[in-house]
Amino acid sequence: MSKHTLSVLVENKPGVLARITALFSRRGFNIDSLAVGTTEHPDISRITIVVNVVDELPLEQVTKQLNKLVNVLKIVELEPASAVQRELVLVKVRADNDTRSQITEIVTLFRAKTVDVSPEAVTVEATGGAEKLEALLKMLEPFGIKELVQSGTIAVGRGARSITDRSLRALDRSA
Amino acid sequence: MTEQANGAHPQPRPRGAAPQPITEQVTGAKSLIRSLEEVGAEVVFGIPGGAILPAYDPMFDSKRVRHVLVRHEQGAGHAATGYAQATGKVGVCMATSGPGATNLVTPIADAHLDSVPIVAITGQVASKSIGTDAFQEADIVGITMPITKHNFLVTNADDIPRTIAEAFHIAATGRPGPVLVDIAKDALQAQTTFSWPQQTDLPGYRPVTKPHAKQIREAARLIVQSRRPVLYVGGGVLKAHATEELRILAELTGAPVATTLMALGAFPDTHPQHVGMPGMHGAVSAVTAMQKADLLVALGARFDDRVTGRVDTFAPHAKIVHADVDPAEIGKIRAADVPIVGDAREVLADLIVALQAEYEAGRRGDYGDWWTQINSWRETYPLGYDLPQDGSLSPQQVIQRIGELAPADTIFAAGVGQHQMWASQYITYDKPYTWLNSGGAGTMGYAVPAAMGAKAGRPETTVWAVDGDGCFQMTNQELATCALNDIPVKVAIINNGALGMVRQWQTLFYNERYSNTVLGSGRGTDGKPANGTRVPDFVKLAEAMGCVGIRCEDPADLDAVIEKANSINDRPVVVDFICHEDAMVWPMVAAGTSNDEVMAARGVRPDFGDMDD
Repeated sequence: MSKHTLSVLVENKPGVLARITALFSRRGFNIDSLAVGTTEHPDISRITIVVNVVDELPLEQVTKQLNKLVNVLKIVELEPASAVQRELVLVKVRADNDTRSQITEIVTLFRAKTVDVSPEAVTVEATGGAEKLEALLKMLEPFGIKELVQSGTIAVGRGARSITDRSLRALDRSA
Repeated sequence: MTEQANGAHPQPRPRGAAPQPITEQVTGAKSLIRSLEEVGAEVVFGIPGGAILPAYDPMFDSKRVRHVLVRHEQGAGHAATGYAQATGKVGVCMATSGPGATNLVTPIADAHLDSVPIVAITGQVASKSIGTDAFQEADIVGITMPITKHNFLVTNADDIPRTIAEAFHIAATGRPGPVLVDIAKDALQAQTTFSWPQQTDLPGYRPVTKPHAKQIREAARLIVQSRRPVLYVGGGVLKAHATEELRILAELTGAPVATTLMALGAFPDTHPQHVGMPGMHGAVSAVTAMQKADLLVALGARFDDRVTGRVDTFAPHAKIVHADVDPAEIGKIRAADVPIVGDAREVLADLIVALQAEYEAGRRGDYGDWWTQINSWRETYPLGYDLPQDGSLSPQQVIQRIGELAPADTIFAAGVGQHQMWASQYITYDKPYTWLNSGGAGTMGYAVPAAMGAKAGRPETTVWAVDGDGCFQMTNQELATCALNDIPVKVAIINNGALGMVRQWQTLFYNERYSNTVLGSGRGTDGKPANGTRVPDFVKLAEAMGCVGIRCEDPADLDAVIEKANSINDRPVVVDFICHEDAMVWPMVAAGTSNDEVMAARGVRPDFGDMDD
């Protein structure tokens, strides 16, 4: 099993996300995480998909099938070594007068933030790669996690190059 | 063939010489009909209903678009497919929202699996009612997402011309396929400006048709180096109108040619280099040539499981050159040594040039020994059948005689099952676009409406539907459509009183336990013992629908009955051929087994002797 991160540039139109997620399930893939948002160009959305695959061949098949979707402009696989990957978690941890300071110390160590405090709980916001967030959650677990919300992974390639450039030009040309 | 049919990629373009866009103040409905006129749609098969009703008002006045009122939306869909397969143009079907649209699902799925360019236009409830479970509301865009090449929901009347232009462009270009356009009722009713787009705006849709020169050179090199090549030709060669290029390449190389079920007619059956159809019921010569080949040149073919048998034992010694316009097909089932993304016509044209360069450099493959082997398989294991001992009609013989007595250029449309396989085996296809069938989906009921669509598109050509008594009972109501709309198709019902192919599997794999495959009662309507399905009485049914009905039970009458059917051209003709129920389709590769296990006939496995590999 290996994890792959795909950045998919799509036309910002209704129903496009459904086309993409349905294609993954139809072809027998489980999506690990999914994040969608608009890009610097309002007509283009970027979908970051993390998918677990058994071997490389079917991933190639699913990217080829994705490429056939009329609303898909571009697909790039981002390699972990040459890309920055981030997730966001919001975690509500049980806290009282005895444990609150221990929790805030962990929050500081992980360069996370306390975003809400109440007599029984604190809510922590943290961003980072999957491993860092996993470590943070492991440290917070003994205090009692009341609620956990995780975003999908978003990722961008390192360096000056942009994957949207050429797609934008294609879009401008056709406009 | 028409001008559009010969062009590989018909583009939506305005008619006439005037370059300036046409603009008119119209309703969305009128804009839709104007768009269909501009895109060149000649025939629309459909049924009106609530949500699509506005479109039928301007349709009534159109001089350029002929609407054929079918009896079931499934018939409209298959008719569009038959029209597209026979003419090379985009077929069009139309239905209302909800059940009208869902009745199109089967033919859309069918067209998707066989890559047939059709555009389905459906009415949708008013945009404000979408999502409220309104009367006759169905999310047809959601439902058909996995079975269309693309689909659209239109809620703004201004978007209608552009969407229709894009739908036809997507359906016809690249790997063809079905496109659905769902239009909300209020968009059809709204006022808009009709303006036909000069070009399509699809930044995410750019099919690659021009093959890579390096890959072409590599393919040519493998062809001249190989000793046992086979050209494995699929339906893509027909879709790309590349049959002439295929003939040139085949004769240039001298390589054997196998045409799949979807490609019959792409290369003449009577050509000495044609080794037959591969696959589950393919010719022993074609199946075995591919198993023993050292090179398969797949052209517009997709290594379907009905062709490969068990994939891990398919063509074990062969290198693979795989050319397809759809990059996702290459390497999907079998890894390609030389992948070529491109339109079959351009691939073949470039390959011809590259091979000529190889030959001029003195490099040429010697396939003499290979042909000796193939010819011995052809001679030892030809297609054949035994006539029934009891003097009843042989279904294979009926189909063979229909083919032999048919006028030149006759189009044959088959249903799905034994009769389909026999029609693929015992009719000679020497010309492209003369064989229509449901290959990928295996849709029973395809034949009658597909024949109707083909005849509507090519009225000067004889169209025979070869159907089974099971299939015929699924869609025969379209014969009323044919009778009322001057579409005189001919239908041969190969009536063996059973769901024959399923029965064959029960004979071979289920100890002859014929669970729910018996259609005939064993008795006629007069209560006397009879073979074949007699309820309904197909002759009376045909007559009730305004067709000529003829029954044939005696081999002595066979030719006379077929000649009579061929002589009637003012009405549809249905011939009920009462056939022997125990006839089976051979050769056969049992499902899930290797093509090495091909059986020439029941209990007869060919002896291939010692191979040098």
